[in-house]
Amino acid sequence: MEPCEYPHIEDQLAPIVGRHGGGDATHLLQILRDVQDHFHFIPPEAIGCLASHLNLSRAQIEGVAGFYSFLSLSPQGEYRVLFSDNITDNMLGKPELMQYFCNKLWVEPGKVSEDNLVSVDSTSCTGMCDQGPAALVNGWPLTNLDQNRLDLISELIRIKKPVAEWPEMLFEVRDNVQRPGMLLGEAFEHGAGIRAMLARGAEATLKEVDVANLRGRGGAGFKTASKWTFCHAAIAEEEGSMICDVGGNPERFIVCNADEGEPGTFKDRVLLSSYADMVFEGMTVGARVIGARKGFLYLRGEYRYLLKPLEAVLSRRRANGLLGENILGETGFSFDIEIHLGAGAYICGEESALIESLEGKRGRPRNRPPFPVTRGYLGRPTVVDNVETFACAARIAEKGGAWFAAMGTAQSTGTKILSISGDCARPGIYEYPFGVTVEEILRDCGAEDAHAVQVSGPSGTLVSWQEFGRRIAFEDLPTAGAFMVFHRQREMFAAAHNFTHFFAHESCGFCTPCRVGTQLQKRIMDKIANGHGTPADLEELKHVGHILGTMSHCGLGHTAANPVLDTLKKFPGTFERKLKALSFEPAFDLDGALQTARDITGRDDDWAHLS
Amino acid sequence: MSEVKKVRIATCSLAGCFGCHMSLLDIDERLFDLLEVVEFNRTPLTDIKHCSPCDVGIIEGGVCNAENVHVLKEFRKNCKVLVAMGACAITGGLPAMRNNIDLWDCFQEVYRYEGGLEGGQIPNDPELPLPFDKVHPIYEVVKVDYFLPGCPPSGDAIWKFLTDLLAGREPKLDYEQLHYD
Repeated sequence: MEPCEYPHIEDQLAPIVGRHGGGDATHLLQILRDVQDHFHFIPPEAIGCLASHLNLSRAQIEGVAGFYSFLSLSPQGEYRVLFSDNITDNMLGKPELMQYFCNKLWVEPGKVSEDNLVSVDSTSCTGMCDQGPAALVNGWPLTNLDQNRLDLISELIRIKKPVAEWPEMLFEVRDNVQRPGMLLGEAFEHGAGIRAMLARGAEATLKEVDVANLRGRGGAGFKTASKWTFCHAAIAEEEGSMICDVGGNPERFIVCNADEGEPGTFKDRVLLSSYADMVFEGMTVGARVIGARKGFLYLRGEYRYLLKPLEAVLSRRRANGLLGENILGETGFSFDIEIHLGAGAYICGEESALIESLEGKRGRPRNRPPFPVTRGYLGRPTVVDNVETFACAARIAEKGGAWFAAMGTAQSTGTKILSISGDCARPGIYEYPFGVTVEEILRDCGAEDAHAVQVSGPSGTLVSWQEFGRRIAFEDLPTAGAFMVFHRQREMFAAAHNFTHFFAHESCGFCTPCRVGTQLQKRIMDKIANGHGTPADLEELKHVGHILGTMSHCGLGHTAANPVLDTLKKFPGTFERKLKALSFEPAFDLDGALQTARDITGRDDDWAHLS
Repeated sequence: MSEVKKVRIATCSLAGCFGCHMSLLDIDERLFDLLEVVEFNRTPLTDIKHCSPCDVGIIEGGVCNAENVHVLKEFRKNCKVLVAMGACAITGGLPAMRNNIDLWDCFQEVYRYEGGLEGGQIPNDPELPLPFDKVHPIYEVVKVDYFLPGCPPSGDAIWKFLTDLLAGREPKLDYEQLHYD
């Protein structure tokens, strides 16, 4: 038998398990996060130990540990530095900076240094596009990276200074609110929304949300009032009897989706940094309307630095009677919120995958129907709404639906918060009434010479300069908030190429069209990038894109071909310039692939070469 | 009496095991029906060494060395329709299992550690095909028109595929001919 490297693992794990649910398997992901922090990976011994604590099989635990990219089954460096790989970071020089950093520390990307001190790799967008290039060190965000900062960071690592003692300026994250509107600009009195709702009544408040015509801010635009109504009407049953909470009422849940993973989106970061009360208040209002006693904030792992401040906000709200038992003195109105952290999985932004993850499992999208409003968290009726949706709901509860509906367009009422990054003078957060044109936005953020905008991230729409008259609205350009600007000199192929790598990495692997399709798409784009592309490859991209869009299990696969197909349609030149003018070209360098064997055999004859 | 011009077919096995060719023979007495309408050009069955212009080329096996590339290019040049037959041609298959092993380690294992071959020397005769550092599916080297999956595809699958193709239909395999468990 191999010697056990962690003889006291039981003692080390007990407090972690105790901290998280004390043996409740729905906390598995939270437990594994802490195990990863403690050991810098998930030791095999820990898996067996947790399996007995949580009454799960080893396979279930390994399945979860292998799914999330911040968890690792092999040892990582004591300092794990992950560079954000979004196209906006790349445009700010991420590839060169990462190489510079690796050279400085004598470590290869994706590997652990020989002294196990440091590992460096890329990670999907960390939501700091307005202050990139960005990275995470042991989960804490680093912003505005340049050579000077990397010099300092590599020195801190070399002298083994604990991350908690690093200079604060490295971790500074600015809100960058450039254009506030009714959500971000107007003062919000804590409790105002709940008070107004209690005065008006829950049903009347739902009516106000309906009148406001509030639609989901995650991009899909489902009517919030309908979602809340469906959930309120749904009752979970088990063997014919109603599942009730401790108060004897049907059990329901409300979940705030703060898994802001769409590259280029960082509005939730700002809402949760500086407007958390408004978000929690919206959740509390929603809870009252649907009859939920418990809510979750699912916070993406990249935003773990917000965990403590958010916990503090929750505590203050409990102390002020805005959360907990008998809220604001209303007998029977009890509601509380628990924060769950993700661990680096874009797919968990999909609501049913998010619920799976909340339950401590792999983030795999469920079959729908049943929708979460009827069978969600633990099979109970559950409302999952975007962070911004809840903020809007709080405002609506406070000021009424008609006030809200007066802003925006007929189908898209209210305002939309955009996170603007890329080639512009003033990146940051902009709040506009719906209906604003792309052109106006570009003028405001100082994007001169803009050539294209990726609206709503890779899964959204690429808007070319000919279409800058289009409007941000569900009727025209729906968006979750990302707005990445590209100027004339940018090669649009590079953006599409970057996005294919993103999707290939983030596909959950459950359905074949997406698991394989995203890989094929990535490889063809690599082939073209390496100068081996032909017109046949463009046809193949369209074919793969069609399969992805029509056969995939969930939205990730459905939209994974958007950037490639949009770019092919709107900027065909960027592809064609890269193609070889041939009907077919091998996918790799034939002669180069013989070099190893030539070296080994010492041959250099004609037959040892291919042209 | 004018004889109908027969469809000309060529086949070969690159980095494969000839299992797909064995499976082709598994169409049994239907071979006689086939020979009514086709003639075989370059193939291990006729022992013709080089392709003449053909209608259909069928490739078994992936691409593991320089010679495979020459053969494959000859097929592509001469065949109107090129078919990748079996797992190795389509994905690299079993031979591609060496892709995770360094080529130098492969050579050491075969020629250095196992005594008796080449006197402990790594052979460098120009007549020997020079291996690639990895095994590739054939679509990475030439344009492929059709993929006939299976390891090997069953005789029935091959028959169905060929008869579709010869009848001018888009080849289509039924579910039973595509699942292997």
